[in-house]
Amino acid sequence: MKNGKLSWKKIKSWNLLLPVVALLLVMAVNIIYDIANGNNPLAFFTITLQQTTGNGTILYGRIIDILNRGSEAAILAIGMTLVVSSSAGTDISVGSVMSLCASFCCMLLAGYGVSSTSTLAVPLAVGVLGGILMGVVCGMFNGTLVAYFKIQPMVATLILFSAARAIGLLLCNDLIVYVRNGSYAFFGGFIGLLPTPLVITAICAVIITLLLKKTALGMFIQSVGINPKASRIAGLNSKRIIFLTYVLCGLFAGIAGIVASSRITSADSNNIGLYLEMDAILAVALGGNSLGGGKFSLAGSIIGAYTIQAITTTLYALGVSAAQAPVFKAVIVVIIVAIQSEPVRNYFKKASLAKKAKEVA
Amino acid sequence: MKNKKLSLNGHTLLLVITIALFIVLYAGGCIAYGAKGFSHLQTFCNVLITNAGLICVSCGLTCVMLTGGIDISVGALIAMDCMMLAVGMSKGIDAVPMIIIVLIVGLVFGLFQGYMVGYLNIQPFIVTMAGMFFCRGMTAVICTDQVSITEQINATFYKWANAKVTIPFGGYVNNKGKYMAPYVRPGVVVAILVLVLIYLMLRYTKFGRSLYAVGGNTQSATMMGLNTKMIKMKAYVLSSMLCSIGGICYCLNTMAGSVSQALGLEMDAISSAVIGGTLLTGGVGNVFGTFFGVLINGTISSIVKTNGKLASSWPNILTAALLFVFIVIQSVFAAIREKSKNK
Amino acid sequence: MEDNVVLTARGISMTFPGVKALENVDFTLRKGEIHALMGENGAGKSTLIKCLTGINDFEAGEIRIDGIDGPVKNHSTRDAQNVGISTVYQEVNLCPNLSVAENLFIGREPMTKLHTIDRKSYNKRSQVIMDELGISVDVTQNLENYSLAIQQMVAIARAVDMDCKVLILDEPTSSLDDEEVEKLFVLMRKLRDKGVGIIFVTHFLEQVYSVCDRITVLRDGHFVGEYTVEELPRVKLVAAMMGKDLDDLAEIKKEGAENAINNPIEISAKGLSHTGTVKPFNLDIHKGEVVGVAGLLGSGRSELARAIYGADKANTGTLSVNGKDVKINQPIDAINLGMGMLPDDRKAEGIIADLSVRENIILALQARKGMFKPLSRAKQEELADEYIKLLQVKTPNREALIKQLSGGNQQKVILARWLATNPDFLILDEPTRGIDIGTKSEIQKLIVKLAGEGKSILFISSEISEMLRTCSRMAIMRDGEKVGELDRELTQENVMKAIAGGDTEK
Repeated sequence: MKNGKLSWKKIKSWNLLLPVVALLLVMAVNIIYDIANGNNPLAFFTITLQQTTGNGTILYGRIIDILNRGSEAAILAIGMTLVVSSSAGTDISVGSVMSLCASFCCMLLAGYGVSSTSTLAVPLAVGVLGGILMGVVCGMFNGTLVAYFKIQPMVATLILFSAARAIGLLLCNDLIVYVRNGSYAFFGGFIGLLPTPLVITAICAVIITLLLKKTALGMFIQSVGINPKASRIAGLNSKRIIFLTYVLCGLFAGIAGIVASSRITSADSNNIGLYLEMDAILAVALGGNSLGGGKFSLAGSIIGAYTIQAITTTLYALGVSAAQAPVFKAVIVVIIVAIQSEPVRNYFKKASLAKKAKEVA
Repeated sequence: MKNKKLSLNGHTLLLVITIALFIVLYAGGCIAYGAKGFSHLQTFCNVLITNAGLICVSCGLTCVMLTGGIDISVGALIAMDCMMLAVGMSKGIDAVPMIIIVLIVGLVFGLFQGYMVGYLNIQPFIVTMAGMFFCRGMTAVICTDQVSITEQINATFYKWANAKVTIPFGGYVNNKGKYMAPYVRPGVVVAILVLVLIYLMLRYTKFGRSLYAVGGNTQSATMMGLNTKMIKMKAYVLSSMLCSIGGICYCLNTMAGSVSQALGLEMDAISSAVIGGTLLTGGVGNVFGTFFGVLINGTISSIVKTNGKLASSWPNILTAALLFVFIVIQSVFAAIREKSKNK
Repeated sequence: MEDNVVLTARGISMTFPGVKALENVDFTLRKGEIHALMGENGAGKSTLIKCLTGINDFEAGEIRIDGIDGPVKNHSTRDAQNVGISTVYQEVNLCPNLSVAENLFIGREPMTKLHTIDRKSYNKRSQVIMDELGISVDVTQNLENYSLAIQQMVAIARAVDMDCKVLILDEPTSSLDDEEVEKLFVLMRKLRDKGVGIIFVTHFLEQVYSVCDRITVLRDGHFVGEYTVEELPRVKLVAAMMGKDLDDLAEIKKEGAENAINNPIEISAKGLSHTGTVKPFNLDIHKGEVVGVAGLLGSGRSELARAIYGADKANTGTLSVNGKDVKINQPIDAINLGMGMLPDDRKAEGIIADLSVRENIILALQARKGMFKPLSRAKQEELADEYIKLLQVKTPNREALIKQLSGGNQQKVILARWLATNPDFLILDEPTRGIDIGTKSEIQKLIVKLAGEGKSILFISSEISEMLRTCSRMAIMRDGEKVGELDRELTQENVMKAIAGGDTEK
């Protein structure tokens, strides 16, 4: 009995509890749905090999689809996690910045004012790096406002939220720029058996994990997020650290923008990254991270991002349209934050204390 | 004694800058595009007509921002309102009952958001983001297609939408020699009414002043015996209610419901309030300034439209640039005040 | 109830988890008197006030108020206001963005027939109230346009206008300058003459003697005594607050430390100051020397250290380290010069609650090395283990979160954080506060040992006895100013006299 209680406590304190439980729930829904429809109960998990038109072989299945499509949100969630941890605020501009980076990249590749091209105006690497660099610049802008001007993160990033997309449109001369070149489609396509976006996400995650673990950055970010005053006394430059997290967030927004644009081999300014900032924030919360800053779990956020994609894909499978899906996301957000809110937690604490007191009596 | 004057001028100065900016913009528009009819009073009326809904929404948002909160659900709520009106009327429900339904939905929605913010103490941004998701999604649940309100569907509503309230002065004679009296639509009348009522409420009622108190210092307000949780909740209810009224005005303009309607309107409303001198940290601002914020945004769009050659994304960029300037000014003022306090 | 008495508290006791905050404390307030409530950190002043104002629920004892039958127990500040107890805190609890008049009347505004606020009437009434109290303000102006002193007075005016019999002023003067304080005193005397009983909490001795009639002293949650101002000269007051009895810790040997004054100067501050907290001071600290900073809480003892360390950037003066002039803009600059500071508020400025003991220990060293030269995990663990053993930190393991440790062990971890950087100059601000007696003596021994190794130490404490045991020299702080140094005849009595200042010869 005692042993059982102990392990229950351990599970309760496991920081990936929330995202994993959510993911399991989604899987359960899928299995039930497949059974109800007389499909193979494990259809959700089935992965097959499929021939592509280009005579390649790729992996195919619902899980692969989720891992593929959830990648942008996962990449954004990495940056968002750092921002939330260090500044206890959210960067709502990432969706717009994605769009701007995609536009800038395509403009470089196609040349200004060209709406469709099959030959690249500049080498692919220049265009792509240019796009990512644009993300870094946006991150620096946000970071300066938040860290040095001490403006609330949500408000500071509101500026680029509304401007970045519009600037992107301007760069593209109000057109949807198509880059019909096979090499550009690579980032949104497949590499060997696996979808490239998934591989890019994995690389991003590995690099940032190494950066956090192999330098002191991870500890510094958490320290600043938990107690900025004590961190300052201990010798940390909290402004610079907060600034850095916003730059990283911008960098990842740039990468996500390139992936999203490569998927459709064009820069559709109005639609790339639309609402994706919300998914990224939701992924961070769903990953078990407190939106009040401090300790964070990158793995949680990434699992959270894919969980959201799994929810979305499942909803589509259940016949819910793309436009209707936000209702469910809203319900999930409300449940998560309500559970995490102080009054509710205190209520449960009191209830469990009262229960204990009763047991003793 | 010296810093006394500085901080006194801080807020009023922002408002003065805003009003001056509006006048400069408008005058600039008149000079540059006078030949295209920009100087006619009707241009100004058109700005009001297009932005009637936004005025209502911004007034509500200003009240929320005064408490130090934010409400980003407004754009989506407008879309949901429009869709409800359009679908409801096409199902044969009359205009008046439909409007009452919309207002009740706004009330319930506001109560829910307000409870989460006020009593559960959850960050307003997160709560209203969920609200935004919910409304946008519900709009699609009601109907995924664009639904138009035509004369056949509801004659009353159609009549309201096309009614003209003419203004007895400021007309002009057009090139066919006909006198064109400037006019506004009923939505504008509603918006102006809302503006005046909220202005009076903020100035002359207990609730209005308590919004300022909560935004100024929530802890102090609690210690002075105000029920700050309730006040916060009421602010969100007010915002959602005014947003629903704004949604009706908006619908009178567009005469349709669609999923992507009023996309990003929350950002227009926030930037209007900020440009109008509402402090994001709460406690300072009034709807008078917000009104000018809306007018500035509207004038920019109008100038870009009149020009005809400028890319459609310029209004967004200019508004964001203005927002940037005002936020930085606010931050600098705050830093100066902090410094003078330490002295 | 005895005549003239407005409030009596008898036998008040109150425990916080693990700490007996108040034990059997008595307090009596009479009509028309200004009554100082004195005591050092943890003496129980604020706990007692919170019991009176209904923020804390006391366990035993009773409070009686003139005109109310039977004992009174408040459960909120609202309750307290209803029985006539109003409080004005150090931080002004008003809304700066509202007008003076609104601040006086919010929540109880007079209404017109139309159910709107009757601005005219409350503006008029406010002006009358302020004029009566002799405060010259335009009540329609926003509160933020006025100085802190005026804001403080508005807060008092609000309290008085709500018919209070008992007015509690909790450190209202800490952020005011002399002139402003004088204005406040005029107002306090006026209220006293009107028959209000005022409880005045302050750290400034000067102020107690210039405005108060009576003094109650608390120490370690106990009632020490109630005195009239005349019968308690400064030295006796300081003695009562700090406690005279030497605790029975073994005398620590300060070999070598006595001679440290002959060593070269490590740190030299000239005219250093931080506006509003500490006036310009000079201070030299020699290598291997332990210099104590003695003074009451709020005397500027912590602020002096913070100005040196750059925790509050100094506004004037110069600082030199090993004879070289240096510029310290923020703590990291000080750390790079070989300094370290253990702040007095462990929770707010010391621990990073959600990080592990290991991370808390290596934080400052890592900050000094920079982000891109990380300590290897093995090195981190080695350091953590070393200091856990050296300081005998009681923790389940090095990966336990610091917030799970007891206060004393948290303090040891912060100490370890600085020792790990191997500093030349270490500032210890109240390192033994809230720590059990055994750990206290350990830390004191450690201080002497570190000095023996050639490190310079600035030691701040509210217990004179522990400074006497460890320091070879003391700087004396009073009311935000360094008033002197003692290096000979370091005795309890001499230090107390120096801290008390003024009429010491009495």
